[in-house]
Amino acid sequence: MENVTTAEHVEHEEHGHDEHELSFLQTYVFSQDHKVIGIQYAVTAMLFLLFGFSLMMLMRWQLAFPGAPIPIIGNLLGQANAPGGIMLPEFYNQLGAMHGTIMVFLGVVPLAVGGFGNYVLPLQIGAPDMAFPRLNMASYWSFFLGGVVMFASFFVPGGAANSGWTSYAPLSVIATEGQTWWLVGMLFLIASSLLGSVNFIVTTLQLRAPGLSFMRLPFFVWAQLVTSFLLLLAFPPLQAAGTLQLMDRVAGTSFFMPSGLVVADQALEISGGGNPLLWQHLFWFLAHPEVYVLILPAMGIVAEVIANNTRKPLWGYRALVASIIFLGFMSFVVWAHHMFLTGMGTTISAFFQTTTMIISIPSVVILSALFISLYGGSIRYTVPMLFALAFLPMFGIGGLTGLPLGLSAPDLHLHDTYYVIGHFHYVVAPGTIFALFAGIYYWYPKATGRVMNEVLGKIHFWGSIIAINFVFMPMFITGLAGVNRRLYDGGMTYAHGQEVMEWNAVMSYGAWALGFFQIFFIFNFFWSIRNGRQVNDNPWQSTTLEWQAPSPPPHGNFATPPEAYRGPYEYSVPGASSDFTMQGQASGADPEPARV
Amino acid sequence: MEIPYTVTARPDTGLNNVKLGIWLFLASEVMLFGGLFSSYVLLRVGAVEWPAGADFVNIPIGTFNTAVLIGSSVTMVLAYASLKLGDLAKFKTYMASTVLLAVLFLLVKSYEYYEKISHDHLPSHGTFLAIYWTMTALHGLHIIGGVAVNGYLWGPGSSMFHTKRDQFIGRVEAAGLYWHFVDLVWIFLFPVLYLL
Amino acid sequence: MSGSAEEVKKHIDVYMKVAGALAVGTVVTVLASFVEVGVALGIVIALIIALTKGSLVVAFFMHLLEERSRAIRWTLALTVVFWFVLMLVPLFTMMDHTGTPKTLPNANASESHAEEAH
Repeated sequence: MENVTTAEHVEHEEHGHDEHELSFLQTYVFSQDHKVIGIQYAVTAMLFLLFGFSLMMLMRWQLAFPGAPIPIIGNLLGQANAPGGIMLPEFYNQLGAMHGTIMVFLGVVPLAVGGFGNYVLPLQIGAPDMAFPRLNMASYWSFFLGGVVMFASFFVPGGAANSGWTSYAPLSVIATEGQTWWLVGMLFLIASSLLGSVNFIVTTLQLRAPGLSFMRLPFFVWAQLVTSFLLLLAFPPLQAAGTLQLMDRVAGTSFFMPSGLVVADQALEISGGGNPLLWQHLFWFLAHPEVYVLILPAMGIVAEVIANNTRKPLWGYRALVASIIFLGFMSFVVWAHHMFLTGMGTTISAFFQTTTMIISIPSVVILSALFISLYGGSIRYTVPMLFALAFLPMFGIGGLTGLPLGLSAPDLHLHDTYYVIGHFHYVVAPGTIFALFAGIYYWYPKATGRVMNEVLGKIHFWGSIIAINFVFMPMFITGLAGVNRRLYDGGMTYAHGQEVMEWNAVMSYGAWALGFFQIFFIFNFFWSIRNGRQVNDNPWQSTTLEWQAPSPPPHGNFATPPEAYRGPYEYSVPGASSDFTMQGQASGADPEPARV
Repeated sequence: MEIPYTVTARPDTGLNNVKLGIWLFLASEVMLFGGLFSSYVLLRVGAVEWPAGADFVNIPIGTFNTAVLIGSSVTMVLAYASLKLGDLAKFKTYMASTVLLAVLFLLVKSYEYYEKISHDHLPSHGTFLAIYWTMTALHGLHIIGGVAVNGYLWGPGSSMFHTKRDQFIGRVEAAGLYWHFVDLVWIFLFPVLYLL
Repeated sequence: MSGSAEEVKKHIDVYMKVAGALAVGTVVTVLASFVEVGVALGIVIALIIALTKGSLVVAFFMHLLEERSRAIRWTLALTVVFWFVLMLVPLFTMMDHTGTPKTLPNANASESHAEEAH
């Protein structure tokens, strides 16, 4: 195998001279190469993740020590937001709303779909690029514009959006100007994800290498394909809802404003006749599938890393594929379990709690299959594998704590408490974001030709996994006590919160410790570009097609167009010369005849 | 580097990239307008009273505009057929008619908007007007997008006919699919907003 | 639609027939709207005509009838399913409240004012 890849290297270098030179701008800024766009997406998204996390670290100061001036940076926040370094409630609300928005729409999704999808998917299916390179570029720049609008909204009068990331009407309609910016930003982000999802689906269906039939696709590709369908069909209703809310705010319509609305003892001068529930329905029609947009690519990454580091095939590949398709389908009919307390009626609640219980089945199938995949493997505890292993129990906690929320009766008590925050953060933070870290450590050598430093990686992992549990585990305690999620003082002034208030400081120290351990990652990420250990094209001895390309892959990816001769996870095949048989390797037993 | 299947169909899917891409895009558009239609139904069944469309809109003008848009859809499909027959001159004629009919639609629509503004029938004056303005304006934006694309294919884009004919036909087909979809949306918007 | 000139010409005949049907449909839907049948039946009639016209456009102008691609068919089937789910939103909002009289919070007040004015 070694010899083959070197030969390809030489061939590629000769080939490279034929290509006409692109200008700097075309190569690195307005690039149409899926790898550059993937890296642009990933780096932008990571910056937003850091920014969104910083907002939360600020909020955690206020929650731990309500009313105390924020040390050092308190005075930099401006008199309008934090006079004397003490955060105002209005500013706290902005931070809360923007933390959610940035983490979901500008951080995790762009990293998981825009970053990993763009970089890895075409390589894994043996394609030279995405099907529509120009649309791909437009998708990134639309995302970038959306990000700029969101970021700029902090500087408009009244600050950024402050009605929560869900922007529930009528509060959001009467909110300050920042909400309008939020809506405009969302329209850009939705346009971006629409362009991206069309591109991903077409690329996956059309540009698969010869022999790469659907049942030979790596699980990550399946995850991205299902995710793209969710983005394609779930986002447009929010586009519609965003347009309606924009009309409410700009043109004075009353789509979400009921008749007779009184704000601050003043009857609003609106035509009325609108319905606030309409916003919630349209919002969650997107936002519940969006939850699966957050988690499915993460599952895909974890599956790749686990198969590679256990040195055995994934257990139940077909069951995994069937589950992820069913999961994607069901995610469209569970949205109203976010709305049990809106008074929408018991019949509908019963319907949605039933679908919610059903959707937990494929999730459990996937998680179980990944757990069983570990059994009997000779596990290599590499840094990506540590993150992938951590994903399993963390996602498990997040998923299981979701069950009481999916049933309408216990949800009466738990709705809008810190319990909910704990639940979905276990899914998204130590779940999805850990999986994304696994992916970064795993595919870094493909993008740079070097591996990230292992010692720093392990410090990053162990520090993060311990700190993050100090952040989110206590939330279940305070949440069960009934502390509401949006309180400016963390519940200090509420009688029922008194017994659990000491946990607020614990969670805050956990959050800051988590921030501290990310420094190791950030340093490692940049330092390894030049100083990481140089490796060959397939440092993890992996089987899938992306490892057949040179590291980093040139424009057009493969020196010779690859072909797939076998399934994606042929590890430790009895009788094979090594413990991995690459998909593109023609020699040896070909268990099933190649189908296009 | 060449992206495969931009023009020719992939054997196992029977499609080229452009055609699959435009259908996927249209699927998302169905959901976009679906969200608005759904909002319309919800607001209407929840309303204490709902004005008849005729109180605000001009049915003859709306009918005329419907005919205009259907006409442009017909010329669009004829333009595509002419291209298949290799007749560039006919294609240009039909494509020009499509664009002109679309512009006529926009002019009539602008006149309707002008009438509404002068009668103070603004979106803020009631739920019917709000949804009427929002849906027709969003549809109008789609028309403007179609005019831009079709205009390009009629004018500067058509030079591709001589160099990469199959790719050009593919583009016209995609633009046609989009245009028929915009027509389709209007076929539903017209009775919903004008007649019911 | 396939390539040969013969077939394209046959298609053009079909297009003209469809165009005629669409024109008829437009006239019928406008005329039907003036027939006094009540709001509910009126909506049903108008939607049936619109659905027929829409199907003609999709089937012939967009060539869906000849479309053999499973990818497109499955995508559209999926879209139709989710579209129906989306159209259930009004039902989800209204159910359990059907039968509750729809009145403005101050509707009685304004009525009594109106009576006073008389």
